[in-house]
Amino acid sequence: MTTQIQMNAVTQPRQRGLTLILILGLISVGLLAPLVVYPVFLMKFLCFALFACAFNLMLGFVGMLSFGHAAFLATGGYITGYAMTHFGLTPELGVLVGTLASAILGFVFGKLSVKREGIYFAMVTLALAQLVFFFYLQADFTGGENGMQGIPRGELFGLIDLNDNLNMYYFVLAVFLLGFFVVYRTVHSPFGQVLKAIRENEPRAVSLGYSVGNYKLLAFVISAALAGMAGSTKALVFELESLTDAHWHMSGEVVLMTLLGGMGTLFGPVVGAAIVIAISTLFSGGELGNYIHIIMGAIFVMCVLSFRRGVVGEFQRVMARNFSASRVGK
Amino acid sequence: MNNNYILETHHLTKEFKGFTAVDDVSLNIQRGHIHALIGPNGAGKTTVFNLLTKYLSPTSGTILFNGRDITAIESSAIARQGLVRSFQISAVFPNLTVLENVRVALQQREGNSFHFWKPESVLDRLNERAEQLLESVGLQDFARVVTVDLSYGRKRALEIATTLALDPEMLLLDEPTQGMGQEDVERTANLIRSVADNRTILMVEHNLKVVSQLADRITVLQRGAVLTEGDYATVSDDPRVREAYLGVAADKETAA
Repeated sequence: MTTQIQMNAVTQPRQRGLTLILILGLISVGLLAPLVVYPVFLMKFLCFALFACAFNLMLGFVGMLSFGHAAFLATGGYITGYAMTHFGLTPELGVLVGTLASAILGFVFGKLSVKREGIYFAMVTLALAQLVFFFYLQADFTGGENGMQGIPRGELFGLIDLNDNLNMYYFVLAVFLLGFFVVYRTVHSPFGQVLKAIRENEPRAVSLGYSVGNYKLLAFVISAALAGMAGSTKALVFELESLTDAHWHMSGEVVLMTLLGGMGTLFGPVVGAAIVIAISTLFSGGELGNYIHIIMGAIFVMCVLSFRRGVVGEFQRVMARNFSASRVGK
Repeated sequence: MNNNYILETHHLTKEFKGFTAVDDVSLNIQRGHIHALIGPNGAGKTTVFNLLTKYLSPTSGTILFNGRDITAIESSAIARQGLVRSFQISAVFPNLTVLENVRVALQQREGNSFHFWKPESVLDRLNERAEQLLESVGLQDFARVVTVDLSYGRKRALEIATTLALDPEMLLLDEPTQGMGQEDVERTANLIRSVADNRTILMVEHNLKVVSQLADRITVLQRGAVLTEGDYATVSDDPRVREAYLGVAADKETAA
């Protein structure tokens, strides 16, 4: 027993240190990546990675499956697109406006859904997201089926021209890192500690005096805001916002990314997004393009059947089993 | 309203479709007492607990805590007023460490529980107080252990430490010694006694030996209604109680 106590005491800070080194390493990879890989592909990946991280905050760290996150992605995109086109905002303000709009929508969604549990929560969020989809389909400013075209990327702080793909890439990287940091901070904060308690044992958290609904609501708003931030950035990257983002397929895709990468882990959604984006980009041009949904479906089934914890989740488990003695003597 | 009573219920009733689980129960819990709620299986003891802490809403009747009507307020608010409950099944956060379990409770009064922009390390200043609480239940050596690895008895002790972290005026304990070995039962009984020094406790308990040792006053429930109330001697001599408890009567003899 004593060894176990000591081991646990030691491993926790060391794990934190390893995470930090890993993050620094990945940042340098991120800085150098556009020298090797096509920047637009990387930007697409980063936007979806941020979207998946935002979604994972709800699914992985609160334990609630939202099936309506497409609404936030699209809202971020449309609002940013509209603001950039009509008000001539600088891109950082454009992204900020889109993020805020999604946060407000998230507050409304959350108010209406957060008291529901499990499948009912998923259904309520899906229904609300469908409402938003049809609104964007009908509304004039979105361009309906044609989408919102020609969104200007603008100049960052009025200084740096983002029409240059490399500049745009570093802007997207910065947005992604900011979003990722918000998720990291939220998970490892006093608030995150309460979320963890709620996920572990909700009735007990209530009996300790926590108004559980308010905590879930705040988590939902943060998650929605970050999803909106991903959508805003994506709209700038492609200079386009379309109904694809608002469609429920998108809500499903982010579930796939998160589960594939490993829900409840910080890096899981990033890895999941990389895999999904890589596969869809790889196949979309070629002969197999028509079968993309079948291929994705097959991968999803494989994932659920054989490595339930996702890529990162399984990796962490193997590492924990082989390199940590914290369970010795059990 | 009587100031000596910390918790009062008036004609508390709970009906589930055609079945009355709690029938016109009026309880008066005196401040500073250890009050036990006993009765055969299905007498409605746990339902009463769930009503008191609003995990269920009463069909009719009122609940007063410190003279204030708490019938309509929600569970977490009741806890914040100082009426905190435990559960029949052990209520811990299994994948948090023992220290973190207590800290989550301490954190509740810190007012930083919504601060998602602050690092977790701001909670470290609660560690000292958490360790004191763990020491008071004999768990100081397990602070860094992940809770899921604790034995059942220790989980119950942790639950009490966590509850004490809120410094509640009144504790509701739902079968605190259930499923424990003899050694753990005694340790828990001692713990409850020491905790009761400056608090009021209402507990549901099956172990009549523990009840006889601890309780100042006992209410016997049967089929959702109050059968009788009094100290241990009065209650155990009541022929109606013996009848209700027929199967348990032998138990009580050996315990007494």
